[in-house]
Amino acid sequence: MMGRKESLRLTPSQTVGPYLSLGLLREDWSKLVPPGHPQAIRIEGTLYDGAGEPVTDGLVEIWQAAPSGRYDHPADGREELPLEEGFHGFGRSGTEEEGRFSFVTLKPGPVPGPGGTTQAPHVMVAVFARGLLKHLITRIYFEDEEEANGQDPVLRSIGDERVRSTLIARKEAGSLYRFDIRLQGEGQTAFFKLSA
Amino acid sequence: MQQHGPAQEQQREILVPQEDDLEQPPYLYPGYVGTRLRAPKEPLIILPKTLSDITGPVYGHRKPGELDNDLTRQHGGEPQGQKIIVHGRVLDGDGRPVRNTLVEIWQANAAGRYRHKVDQHPAPIDPNFSGAGRTLTDDDGYYRFITIKPGAYPWQNHYNAWRPAHIHFSLFGRAFRSRLVTQMYFPGDPLFFQDPIFNSVRDEKARGRMISSFDLEATIPEEALGFRFDIVLEGRDATPFERPHA
Ligand SMILES: [Fe+2]
Repeated sequence: MMGRKESLRLTPSQTVGPYLSLGLLREDWSKLVPPGHPQAIRIEGTLYDGAGEPVTDGLVEIWQAAPSGRYDHPADGREELPLEEGFHGFGRSGTEEEGRFSFVTLKPGPVPGPGGTTQAPHVMVAVFARGLLKHLITRIYFEDEEEANGQDPVLRSIGDERVRSTLIARKEAGSLYRFDIRLQGEGQTAFFKLSA
Repeated sequence: MQQHGPAQEQQREILVPQEDDLEQPPYLYPGYVGTRLRAPKEPLIILPKTLSDITGPVYGHRKPGELDNDLTRQHGGEPQGQKIIVHGRVLDGDGRPVRNTLVEIWQANAAGRYRHKVDQHPAPIDPNFSGAGRTLTDDDGYYRFITIKPGAYPWQNHYNAWRPAHIHFSLFGRAFRSRLVTQMYFPGDPLFFQDPIFNSVRDEKARGRMISSFDLEATIPEEALGFRFDIVLEGRDATPFERPHA
């Protein structure tokens, strides 16, 4: 359009490489709440490559809403929904120990989806590793949110049950959920492309 | 190879992982051997834009700990090598500054060695150089690091493979969707032609956006060479999300 400032082109992505822990794991950011928090849940998993081997030089980051469903971010203006003191929704875990990552967090609430729909409680996930020239995006949904998952617009858009099931964290003992990430091959995790 | 219900199949928008965006690297780039077992092979699923990705961690969500933009002063003595200033602005696609965003960097030392237990390159560790820094952009989106020029280093990707000198950069921007990890290169590096990581960005102009430029104005006489590296992230100013009509 006339007079409109030409938009800048994005800086390309490059792999984190094998030494990401130097820059990105200087502190433990995997506990979003203290482990003793009464509502704390733990999400554990292993990152696997296409040969089924654990990826020991990866990084998993999460971003999620508070239990009320509100994001601690200025773009979420729903001030009537409470935020949790000291809880912001971002976490980061390395996979140096046999490919395992883990988070201590709170279960997010449902959040608005497109066209007046409601998205089931979910956690946004970004996966980084040597060999990934750009990060991968997936989501963690929760097995014990069956009804909400059934209404979720993203899960409903995935016709293949086997693909859909890769997005569901399995409930294990108590407040522990298991969510493995398979980059390639049998049982590959569903990965997303963000629409513009 | 997979079972889909016919009605559901129509709903599922797909995009093959071997994308045709030449300004970003693909997941599978066989010349970079590390991609072969890590690139997903199933189609990516298009995720509609929602609050979940137009929000994201902003400064304050995690205490960055001690911010440290001077990598030459982290130990008792000065590190070996050419001291450099690396600076620039972080902008969004409309050219507006991305303020108060965390910039994390890590790099090899002047000899091309990372201070990391996995790095077996027989070049010396520098006891005065850790190779990691972080800072926040200011109100103009501006950041600045003082460091040393990293050395090139060999790797096992192919015979006689060397990584061009580079600094790893990690940025958040304003939202989950603006997250970027990249590498900054130095102008005129003779190793570009043989590096599959650099060349995985198939568009030449886009590759140029990863190369810093020598900056005489930022150069400190008798002390340090200046390099300019501006970074453009996806995203716009955060505007309150419209409530869906019930
Ligand atoms: Fe590197």
